[in-house]
Amino acid sequence: MKKIFGRPESLTDFPYPYCPGCGHGIVQRLVGEAMDQLGIVGRAIGVTSAGCSVRNWKQFACDMTMGLHGRGPAVATGLKRTAPECIIFTYQGDGDMAAIGTGEIVHAASRCERITVIYVNNAVFGATGGQQAPTTLLGQKTTSFPGGRDPRTGGYPLRMAEMLAQVSPESYIVRVSIHDVKHINQAAKATRRAFEVQMNNEGFSLVEYLSMCPTQWKVNPAQALSWVKEKMIPYYPLGDFGTIKGN
Amino acid sequence: MALELMRGNEAIAEGAIRAGCRFYAGYPITPQNELFEYMAKRMPQAEGIFLQCESEVAGINMIWGAACTGTRAMTSSSGPGISLMSEGLTTLAAGQLPCVIVDVTRAGPGLGRIAPAQSDYRQVTKGGGHGDYHTIVLGPASTQEMAEHATLAFYLADLYRNPVIILMDGMLGQMMEPVDFDRVKSLPAPAKPWALRGKGDGPRKMIYAAPFDDPGLIQLNDDLTEKYRQIEEKEQRWEEILLEGAELVVVAFGSSARVALDAVQAARAEGLPVGMIRPITLWPFPRKAFSLLRRKVKAFLDVEMNAGQMQEDLERIVGPDLPMHHLGQGGGKIIYPDEVLEEIKKILK
Repeated sequence: MKKIFGRPESLTDFPYPYCPGCGHGIVQRLVGEAMDQLGIVGRAIGVTSAGCSVRNWKQFACDMTMGLHGRGPAVATGLKRTAPECIIFTYQGDGDMAAIGTGEIVHAASRCERITVIYVNNAVFGATGGQQAPTTLLGQKTTSFPGGRDPRTGGYPLRMAEMLAQVSPESYIVRVSIHDVKHINQAAKATRRAFEVQMNNEGFSLVEYLSMCPTQWKVNPAQALSWVKEKMIPYYPLGDFGTIKGN
Repeated sequence: MALELMRGNEAIAEGAIRAGCRFYAGYPITPQNELFEYMAKRMPQAEGIFLQCESEVAGINMIWGAACTGTRAMTSSSGPGISLMSEGLTTLAAGQLPCVIVDVTRAGPGLGRIAPAQSDYRQVTKGGGHGDYHTIVLGPASTQEMAEHATLAFYLADLYRNPVIILMDGMLGQMMEPVDFDRVKSLPAPAKPWALRGKGDGPRKMIYAAPFDDPGLIQLNDDLTEKYRQIEEKEQRWEEILLEGAELVVVAFGSSARVALDAVQAARAEGLPVGMIRPITLWPFPRKAFSLLRRKVKAFLDVEMNAGQMQEDLERIVGPDLPMHHLGQGGGKIIYPDEVLEEIKKILK
């Protein structure tokens, strides 16, 4: 019988350690599919980050290294500048990139480093137990702001894609969602395009995925999908923010 | 090649490029700026990468990335910047990545000031970052030695897959002296089969500093401890000066050693039984230099531009039976040979 669906060759068979309904599995699969389609797994080097995705160095089948919390874009810069023939990507959560890693991502974007950033925004610090992230929505309850995010004490949520597009004149920067099949298909195209931008030496590329964290949002997986659609997308509009557009 | 007159900061940069350094990331901080600017000028000529990073935190993590591809990579800074690099240093040690870091120390603590000091001794020899790790630390005392240590540092870094720190100070960095690069011995550069360059058709490789699952991290700690033991066994370096018949031994490194040497020579000329040991590797500390001395020596004088940081190592090695004197203080107070000579005479009286 002909096999018509399977695990991308760019992913290993190491089991996912994620909670039911988590978005990381979908995003990792999209990255794996993009590497398969573009035939780059042999020259790719991935950089993992701190957070729930910290162990995904076991899941990507390419060469892998790590970035300390928030430092992925600096590590990727060192990799890309010394191995320009390789395809370099970072895999970062919102706690990692939008909090402690703002310095590194802003300057990597402003240098238009030829790297691809996979940025998973689930509006919460997941691995450490559900504390407020820079991306937590106003009013959203977390363990560090149990009464909900109040801008007077906890600040406003950061829209990283828009912010980075301001500082990166040679960039492909998009925000996608993975809450239903239609959007996952759009996210797949964006992921592939992001790697192509690096392969063509066109500029810096970043895909922001609005993703689910039912465990720390205290909802079930189905409710989490609705939460992305009804709460996150209105604040984090999907779209294309950089100077380089999709195809 | 003829002698060249160079600043210490420049000699170390030129030495690094000649040693094959092809990636440098730096951030402006006095008194190491000449090193940074020399790299800005020379690195493109050597077809290497010069990067002005947005912070020392980013810089040391760029070094991680560059070292991963097998490139000889270096950064430089001064105390406050080295403090910022601490998370990267401990991680480079854990990931067993070779690289070189130059600390042109300024007077601390805190922001401090740019006057010469040796107040980073404890920070760089004991770790600075978290966890059980060591960096190899070299303490050159002349511009020529800085040029040589650049080569030695990359050699040791590659050999042991470990970060190496060259500890200087504002005086050594700024001082101009003749350098002869022909005298710098070239050392072999090992192959790096572990480097990440894309797996191609082969098995994938990983460079990671956090093996979470047992016994991963326990095993890593055991491996590192064994590596450090071997480094302590094989890499202790020191210089012995006028030790024959010495009853008092002055111990000093870096620029303090230059000052102390003048005083020791003057004292010998007056017939005083004084000798000197100059540690060249600050970690591993050259404890072997002291093992034979104990029988004839009656006292030690530790001279360093801090409150006695190396003295702690000396006391551990020499033990409580012999008097250990200290001359020097932190905050940017330069020691003069007359002061050392006076102290020598006071002790021997």
